[in-house]
Amino acid sequence: MENFTPVSAIIGGLLIGAAATLTLWTTGRIAGISGIIAGALFPKKTDVAWRLLFLAGMLTGGLMYLLFNQGSINIQIQSSPLTTIAAGLLVGFGTRLGSGCTSGHGICGIARFSKRSFLATSVFILSGVLTVYVTNHV
Amino acid sequence: MSENATAPETISNQTALSLFMAGVLFGLGLTISGMTNPAKVIGFLDFFNNWDPSLLLVMTAGLAVSIPGFQFVTKTEHPLFEPRFYLPTRTDIDAKLLLGAMLFGLGWGLAGFCPGPAITSLISLDGNVFLFVLAMFAGVTIHHNAFD
Repeated sequence: MENFTPVSAIIGGLLIGAAATLTLWTTGRIAGISGIIAGALFPKKTDVAWRLLFLAGMLTGGLMYLLFNQGSINIQIQSSPLTTIAAGLLVGFGTRLGSGCTSGHGICGIARFSKRSFLATSVFILSGVLTVYVTNHV
Repeated sequence: MSENATAPETISNQTALSLFMAGVLFGLGLTISGMTNPAKVIGFLDFFNNWDPSLLLVMTAGLAVSIPGFQFVTKTEHPLFEPRFYLPTRTDIDAKLLLGAMLFGLGWGLAGFCPGPAITSLISLDGNVFLFVLAMFAGVTIHHNAFD
């Protein structure tokens, strides 16, 4: 477990939880990123502006980290380009079919005690673990 | 399949600022915790090789704030800056939920990216991040054309 980074994990997690709570508390909305993206790409009757603002905030937060961290961010993508494309398609399609992702189900839905979100979170973590097991150990 | 989106609902300056700030906090949380690094996410999903529990701790810390936060907020009459809450109403468990979560988990395990970290990682200007995000948008589009 030499890669375990508990302090930064706790600080980051607290910030993510605070972001989701702030979103609901002030604006009544769910900070589920897959839903925010889908609604920004295919606006329905509801607004698109809030989604773009949230996404712009996420990029700004990343830029602030870059600024504080002397311009360096560690992003290691180990999958081949073809696998990366397949993964993106699966994540985009799967999160829409399953009505949410790590943020919407995992942080917001579970916090609302939603049975659907408990189940979805369990399934996508299990599915992710099995996928990595197969790709790394079989 | 109607795509006649009506004029965007206007949002107050307070709501706009709050959502932007929440996005900033979210982006900071993802980068500080290292969740923007796919190798770290895979390190969590790989139980059988030098397991990295960081993601579990990120989720636990996130829920330690969001559970009491959401339980408090949903008992209030309305959000601070809005007349009502915009919450999902479905409670049924259907095949789409399970199949969707399964497919998402498959993609997550293949590349180590879920939607939030992928978006924030765009700031690295890494071509592979753009590849993933474009493919993710394509996946959303395929679902939209098939089901919405």
